[in-house]
Amino acid sequence: MSDDVAIVGIGMHEFGRHDGVEGIDQGVVAVRRALTDASIQWEDIQFAFGGSQAAGAADTMVSKLGLTGLQFINVSNGCATGGSALFSAYNSIKSGMFDVGIAIGFDKHERGAFRVDLKENGLEDWYGESGLALTTQFFGMKINRYMHDYGISHATLASVANKASRNGAMNPMAWRRNELSVEEVRSSRMLSYPLTQYMFCSPAEGAVALVLCRADRAREFTNSPVYLKAAVVRSRRFGSFEVMAPHLATERGDGPTIDASKAAFEMAGVGPDDIDVAQLQDTEVGAEIMHMAENGFCEHGEQEEMIARGDTEIGGRFPVNTDGGCLANGEPVGASGLRQVYENVVQLRGNAGPRQVQGNPRVAYTHVYGSPGISGVTILSR
Amino acid sequence: MQTIPVAQGLFTGPSGAPQLLASRCTACANHMFPLQAGCSKCGGASTTTVELGRRGTLWTWTVQSYPPKAPPYAGNVDPATFEPYGVGYIEIDGKLLVESRLTIADPDFLDIGMELELVLEPLYVNENGEQVVTFAFAPVSATEKLSQS
Ligand SMILES: [Zn+2]
Repeated sequence: MSDDVAIVGIGMHEFGRHDGVEGIDQGVVAVRRALTDASIQWEDIQFAFGGSQAAGAADTMVSKLGLTGLQFINVSNGCATGGSALFSAYNSIKSGMFDVGIAIGFDKHERGAFRVDLKENGLEDWYGESGLALTTQFFGMKINRYMHDYGISHATLASVANKASRNGAMNPMAWRRNELSVEEVRSSRMLSYPLTQYMFCSPAEGAVALVLCRADRAREFTNSPVYLKAAVVRSRRFGSFEVMAPHLATERGDGPTIDASKAAFEMAGVGPDDIDVAQLQDTEVGAEIMHMAENGFCEHGEQEEMIARGDTEIGGRFPVNTDGGCLANGEPVGASGLRQVYENVVQLRGNAGPRQVQGNPRVAYTHVYGSPGISGVTILSR
Repeated sequence: MQTIPVAQGLFTGPSGAPQLLASRCTACANHMFPLQAGCSKCGGASTTTVELGRRGTLWTWTVQSYPPKAPPYAGNVDPATFEPYGVGYIEIDGKLLVESRLTIADPDFLDIGMELELVLEPLYVNENGEQVVTFAFAPVSATEKLSQS
């Protein structure tokens, strides 16, 4: 892929809990910040793709941003809502249909664990009534089997949460900004064995907007364009081990992350060794560990040594989740995938302050995963 | 008290030795639980209902240590009396892995590969005073001890 599409403006509404502020209004704040960042007016935005999972239809925000008549399409694709908005915006520009547009993700969830909509997930009432409709169970079961197969230790689980909290403490937009020790993580309440409370992210609120344009017009808006080299979304195939599954096949197949990752590397014309910084879905600590391998950055089981060595720290060989990830930012589902892209743009611009990856990172990777077995990957470069 | 299943078509019984019911694809022999009309593997439209037998081995597990949100959960969610329960995937006879409650919730007594047997567990009493039951898997050793006593 050539440099077809550039990200020229980024905006975020702080992640966390914002009582009295609607999700859609957090989206409006993110849009305004992205417009300012790109030095562009709302009336010059030709199209928008936006969505949330639990905070309403994105297109209603035009009443606050201005009724300019632009093409505004609502996106609803579970945990890949933000990624799908970005993918759609990318294609709208690449196809030659439009020059300049915006991708928006926002959300606001109730407190506590995510409440699963059974019907939306194609499940019957007995599944929820019997106490099986909890995403936390899936995460506990997936990493428990993985630890058994590949020798990942409980100490490694805790050290991933410790790193996330340390990175989050350096991120002014993060929800949780206090460092948690390995011991605090391990001794927090056990939620779904082997995962404790501080090993999980929480549902949260927040919003991200990204202004995109045709690459050859990028310099009109910014001195530091970042190019979108790949944007891929994949769903599950037969045999993959996914959340909310009353049964699984006995044969194990590649999950959607493996498929999306391979397709993205091919599209971008780079490989895992070329990636300087990565944001990987960390709904809980096990997810970050497993996603390192599923995205092609190591062999299964190698994570134990890599994490002990500090490879995934900001100063390490392969920094992961430099903004604190979902663990420190919480997970407003509609915005989460775009937060990862936002952080990578900040890193590639060299604007990440105390959490800046050294050595002028050039190529960056994002990966989002969620219900009902969907993955989105992007690759960005300067 | 009358005992009724949490849903029709999930398992045989509730009296007698219960068995889970699965759909078997007539074209490729893929097994699916609960019953479904089409095949997730080959896309075939024809399936038959088969009994899955009563035993399996534990493929992976976790423990539900906090009360789930209700609804959808229909069991006890009172934080004072909530009892954690195990959840696992049980491999049945090379046919499929079924997700199920486990009768034990103590990590010290749960091991990948252990042999398990299907039992029915009380879930709640409905407005008609009937005991609603769902399926669960118990260690084979425990059910053997029960039947001996
Ligand atoms: Zn079939």
